Order: sequence, then structure tokens, then C-alpha cells
Amino acid sequence: MSRKIVVTGIGATTPLGGDAQSTWRALLAGESGISTLEQPWIEKYEVPVTFAGQAKVAANQILTPQEAKRLDPSSQFALIAAREAWADAGKPDVAPERLAVEFATGIGGVWTLLDAFETLQERGPRRVLPMTVPMLMPNGPAAAVGMDIAARGGVRTAVSACASSTEAVANALDRLLSGAVDVVVAGGCEAAIHPLPISAFAAMHALSKKNDTPASASRPYDVNRDGFVMGEGGAALVLETEEHALARGAKIYAELAGGAVTSDAHHITAPDPEGTGAARAVIAALKQAEASIQDVVHINAHATSTPVGDIAEYVALKRVFGDHLQNIVVSATKSSTGHLLGGAGAVEAIFTILALKERVAPPTLNLDDQDPEIVLDVATSPRKLPDGPILAISNSFGFGGHNAVVVFRSYEG
Amino acid sequence: MALSQSEVLAGLAEIVNDETGISADAVALEKSFVDDLDIDSISMMTIVVNAEDKFGVKIPDEEVKNLITVGDAVNFIVGAQD
Repeated sequence: MSRKIVVTGIGATTPLGGDAQSTWRALLAGESGISTLEQPWIEKYEVPVTFAGQAKVAANQILTPQEAKRLDPSSQFALIAAREAWADAGKPDVAPERLAVEFATGIGGVWTLLDAFETLQERGPRRVLPMTVPMLMPNGPAAAVGMDIAARGGVRTAVSACASSTEAVANALDRLLSGAVDVVVAGGCEAAIHPLPISAFAAMHALSKKNDTPASASRPYDVNRDGFVMGEGGAALVLETEEHALARGAKIYAELAGGAVTSDAHHITAPDPEGTGAARAVIAALKQAEASIQDVVHINAHATSTPVGDIAEYVALKRVFGDHLQNIVVSATKSSTGHLLGGAGAVEAIFTILALKERVAPPTLNLDDQDPEIVLDVATSPRKLPDGPILAISNSFGFGGHNAVVVFRSYEG
Repeated sequence: MALSQSEVLAGLAEIVNDETGISADAVALEKSFVDDLDIDSISMMTIVVNAEDKFGVKIPDEEVKNLITVGDAVNFIVGAQD
């Protein structure tokens, strides 16, 4: 008997909104979450990139001061998103031992680490706060979420750069399919709008330098794309077995039908130009979903707006879908949100789920002049998706040669 | 000029409130940090470091384990002031 896994709750805090629905509405409305940074450190360090996608609603407006004090900003976003998703799912009544967390981050508690080093330098080791270690560790967000919902079925953190939270969703699927647990809160977060990561990403020419036009800087597939735009926030999904969801009368957004992870072993940062690793991930995820390529009507692409990355993903998709690719509506939502790194996959999983549920592919901003080498049908305004059972995939790729793909299927109750 | 016991108590209560959210009024001399106020060791160390800053005293690590109640801490700080 094959077991189905379904999505019963969503939550997000992003540059577009403080919750999943307002994020989605802003996305459909074609809003940009990207703006010029006003922080004093921009000038102090002469940071070469002066804009990013900051969380629309600051975490300290949601959490109590004592909660915020003990959590790195990345964990704060995780907790906010997870609480929303958990409430949205109706706070499932599940034995703690049957409840797990898969919560990812790309970088971890970088603010905590660097603040603590500043304290050490300026005031000595005695003044380094004892909460520093639990706040900076990459599993901090997962642990915070796990404690909040009393998950005792395992709390884990996938760390695979910008593929992290798609990998977390794929890992959640495995745990649910294996029968180990009944419910998993899966997601990802990132809070790296800090002068050091910005400088480091800029040093490798990964970031857009369109400082004068922040809202149109993230332009996936456009001939004038010049790099990604950093974003921050978090997103979470409540995933559970269909059996468990139906037994408690939960609302169901979509089915998580497949997930796969592969690796390139090609280059530490550059994507494999042949796209074979990414293609294998798509094929494996579709196979797990027992789907054919013709079933796929929508792709939420990784599409970060880097010159080489967008092409490499296209090559991989072409390899998998061939001529059918022209029938698939592609959305590159980082054009609105920026790139949430370890949080990106979870945000985009939510977009993919809502696209299936509401039968609309969200728009891609700033695509004024599509790269002739990238032959994709990109939605530049909200695009109707077909009725009946449909399938969509969400891709994420990360430095290190990580490829992660998840497949969602529309759910007919 | 040295602070009085009630002034140190008020200052310490503020630190405890800031770290844990416990109402400053609840931070009374006879209260135990662990048993009454439910303050864990990590918060306790943060409170100690913040108290050192605020009151300009040194609270050695080996002394912290003897500070069972709020009164123990207040009296130590009062005595440690110049």
C-alpha cells in the first residue's frame, strides 16, 4: 500500500509579508520585497552592495523580548513561520514521539557569531554571553521549533547552502514514508543580511550590484541579470500522512508526492553546465511521485538571477522535459522575494503549493528582455493553471553542488 | 558611593526582568533563583555578567553557586562594592 503525504499547514515571514497569505498576495500583485538598506554599517564598511530583501515584518514585533534575546535572528524567523504553520494546520493532536522537525538554514547564526566575536575583541571573554553557542549553531532554528511544539520524534537540520530547505522537505517526506513519524514540521530560514556575508558573496561576484535600482535588480532569465539579491526570512510546512490528516479532519493544501537530492561533484560553487545532477534530481523526484514528465504543468525554478545559474537550470530542465518544457509555466519568484538562501526552498514550496491550490502560477518580475538562450514559458503576470489533477515541481540548488527537487500534486479531497 | 541593599535589589530585579521576563516585583530577597524563579544556569550566568557591569563588581564563577537566593546575590554585591 502506498502512503500519501499531504501538506496541512503553511507559514512564512518574508520580504513580501509577515505571514504566508500576505506574502502570496503580494507576490501575485507583483510587489517587490527588495529595497535599499539604511543600516549604518553600509556606510561604515563601504559594503559594495547596498540593497536586499529585508523581512517585511521585523521578528521583534512578533516575539517577546525574552524569546528574541535567546534566539539568533534566523531562529526567530523559523519560530515565527513554524508557529503560523502549526496554527494553520490546527495544532495537530499528535504524540510527541510521532512528531518531527526538519528545519534548515544555509549559514546558521551568523549574526550571533560575529556579534560575539566583536564582544570578545572589545570586552573580553567574560562578556561573551553563555547563550552564544546554542544561538549560533545551525541546528538552533530546528531546536527552537522542536521545543516550541514539543517534537520528540527527531529534530534535524539539513545544511546544503541554497538547497537546504528543499532538502529538508525531501527529508521530511522520507521520514513520513518510512512510517517513523506521522507529522513533520519542515522548513528553512536565513538571516544573513550582515556586512560580512554581503561582502563575501559580493567578492565572488554572486550578488547583483544594481544599487541604484534595487526593486528591479533581481531579474531571472533577463539578459541584464547580474547576480542574486540577498533576502531574509523563514517558511514552514506542516506535512503529515494522509491517513493522519483525514482522521483529524484537517484541511489539505496539496500532496507532497516526491522529493530527491543529488550532488554534482563538479565544482564547489559553479553549477554543472551539463545540468546532469539537477536533471537526475528532477527525474528521481518525479519517479517517486509515480508521475510522468507530461503531468508537470508548473515549475517554481531556482532561478536566482545569476548569469550562469539560470542557464544551467534551463539546460537541466531541457534535458528532463525535452519538447514538453514549452508546455510548462515557469515562475522565478526570487525576482520578488530575493534569495532567502537556506530559507528559499521552503518559501518556494509554499508558492508551489498555493499555485496548485489556487490554479495560478505567480508572476516573475523584471523580465524585460528574455535571454535568447533560455527558451522557457515564463509567467510575467499571474497565469491560470489547468483544472484537474496537476503536478508542479520546485527546484533548489546550492554551493557545494547540491541539487534538491520536490514534487507537489493538486489534492482533490 | 555604594548602593544600598534596596537599590541593588531594584537594579538586580531589572536585570532579571530584562533577561527572563519575570516581573521585577517577583524578584524578592527570599526567592530562590532556581526553585522559585525557574532561572536556568545559562540565564544565571548572563544575569551575573550583567550585574558585574551594572554594579561595577566582580562575581567569581566559584561564588555563583553560593548565590541561591536573590538575597544572597544582593548581599554579595553590596559587600563587594568599594
